[in-house]
Amino acid sequence: MSQTHKSSAQASPKSAHGSGKGKSPSVGAKLVVGEEGIATLLAILKKIGYKTIGPTLRDGAVVYEEIASLGDLPVGWSDEQDGGKYRLVQGTKGSFFEYLVGPTSWKRYLFPPNHKMWEADRKGGSFEVKNIDPTDIPSYAFIGVRSCELNAIRIQDKVFGFGRDDKPEAGIFSDPGYVERRKKSLIIAVNCSRAGKTCFCTSMGGDPHVVADQGHDLALTELISGSRHEFVVEVGSERGALIAELLSCRSASSSDLSDEEAVARKARSQMGRKMVANVKDVLKRNLNHKRWEEVASRCLSCANCTMVCPTCFCSSVEDKTDITGNHTERWRTWDSCFSIDFSYIHGGAVRRETKSRYRQWITHKLSNWHEQYGTSGCVGCGRCITWCPVGIDITEEAKAIKDTGE
Amino acid sequence: MVVTTRTKKTTKSTKSGAERRYRPKVAVWKFASCDGCQLSLLSCEDDLLDVVGEIEIAYFLEATTAVIKGPYDLSLVEGSITTEHDAQRIRKIRQQSKKLITIGACATSGGIQALRNFGDVDHFIRSVYARPDYISTLRTSSPIHEHVPVDFELRGCPINKNQLVEVINATLNERAPNIPHVSQCVECKKNGTVCLMVAKGVPCLGPVTHAGCGNLCPSTDRGCFGCFGPSEAPNGPSLARQLEKLGMSKQEIRDFFRSYNGNAGAFRETSEAYD
Repeated sequence: MSQTHKSSAQASPKSAHGSGKGKSPSVGAKLVVGEEGIATLLAILKKIGYKTIGPTLRDGAVVYEEIASLGDLPVGWSDEQDGGKYRLVQGTKGSFFEYLVGPTSWKRYLFPPNHKMWEADRKGGSFEVKNIDPTDIPSYAFIGVRSCELNAIRIQDKVFGFGRDDKPEAGIFSDPGYVERRKKSLIIAVNCSRAGKTCFCTSMGGDPHVVADQGHDLALTELISGSRHEFVVEVGSERGALIAELLSCRSASSSDLSDEEAVARKARSQMGRKMVANVKDVLKRNLNHKRWEEVASRCLSCANCTMVCPTCFCSSVEDKTDITGNHTERWRTWDSCFSIDFSYIHGGAVRRETKSRYRQWITHKLSNWHEQYGTSGCVGCGRCITWCPVGIDITEEAKAIKDTGE
Repeated sequence: MVVTTRTKKTTKSTKSGAERRYRPKVAVWKFASCDGCQLSLLSCEDDLLDVVGEIEIAYFLEATTAVIKGPYDLSLVEGSITTEHDAQRIRKIRQQSKKLITIGACATSGGIQALRNFGDVDHFIRSVYARPDYISTLRTSSPIHEHVPVDFELRGCPINKNQLVEVINATLNERAPNIPHVSQCVECKKNGTVCLMVAKGVPCLGPVTHAGCGNLCPSTDRGCFGCFGPSEAPNGPSLARQLEKLGMSKQEIRDFFRSYNGNAGAFRETSEAYD
């Protein structure tokens, strides 16, 4: 999925920008800015018309919401996570990005929980359909996207057909709303300075630090020690280069780069969980394992895992008439394979028992997803482990099946 | 699912060209309850006028003393059955109603007054009333569906007014109502509410509770009390074990599950395991 932004050299959603002061840094360049560089970045993004969505503290967690300035960031905060448990804790004083992924994922903005698809009005004996105006969709700048989250966005790109030409005759369609939101979004990634107890991106083929062509416009690595507080800025796209040009920065020295690598090494060494090897085939071989019954005795069937998962994409559509029946709207809303109605077809629901719903989720995520989209559906972010109220652990379930199955 | 019965299609054109439909006769009935759910209908404010314009209120003593005789196209029933007299009355109402929808925790599970189901009713009567011989009551408070067939059950203590309008709206427009039977957690996540149980260790019945309240308690920093009763696939025992880990005593867990919907299947079974 490297189609991202290479074709577009516009920094601004309004195309208002472009009169740079000097020569733009090239894609792949690494620069260094201080705290004020991040403040400038936020200000620039707002000025050129982006809706800046980033990390901020709310109700005991770091969530992704609209932010305006450095004061909105979770400055000095970190977190501790484990199965069914998340706690904010004091982190390194003054740090901007020490926290790890929380309950929100970027799908909230690219694939909103409730979304009006079209509406229609009765006109005489007929009716008139009105589609949603795509210009109403805001241009988001996502601040603080982690490497696992970039991978998740790329997985949802495949699901919703971003970067793919529609070929209706071949049955290939894309989701116009997703494509529009995605096209307009700018991604400022942040490399992880640590990993938590529920992190396992490295065993899902990922890395806590982003690599070239991962889909980011800029990627930041926070360097904080003693009185030093700087950020290595990696330019990920031409659009990112135009923005980087407006920041007052210097080129990264070899010592900056070795500091950056040290941050990555530390995060890689701290992975709290690990997915068993070859999980795709392990699950496929064990569809009648007794573990499914066992996990169903703990599973609340509450759907939290699917709601927090950055790749889960299930939805249902609801037709809502007004009381007169003269106006109707079709809404798409998040749904889950853990809901019984989700598998309702004529005659009843297909997956009535919790064990079959749990099995459906984990086998789709880790096994069948490969056949459907050519990749795993899991990026190892650990959200489903942390935010399961009873702490059911996808890595532990896969391991139990591998250890005792066929 | 509401059983779709086609309403009479006597339509006439209005000035705007929109079809004016037959206005179904609607009755609102009260059994053992606090009236709060009926009040939800009166609290529909802006929507109320639209609703009233589309239906004929045939029996609704909370709103008007004017009574139109049955049969009725739609009966909304609030309250639980606690006396033999009411057990007879609900059968007559069912006979006169094309469609019967129960509204609220009392009508759908027995309500808070179903706490009597866990105790000794004769003892309560002797303790409370000076002349126990004047009191004629059943030993249990039971939901309407235990007495007559019900077309749709709308949950909540009280019901959510938007859901009530949606059910009436769906019925008038002959479509299924958009009332998901998922857990309160889904409502939290769609709403962006941070999980209180995971982030703060606050006891919450959300994972086993039916969505629909509008995310009232969790979005104001309180755990879910289970006002909407069990979700479609509640796992009470697993949640109860987690509540123990969060420090609740056995008695607290029993009482947590045994409140407004204490008599509803999964909640009752879980609380009884902690008796």
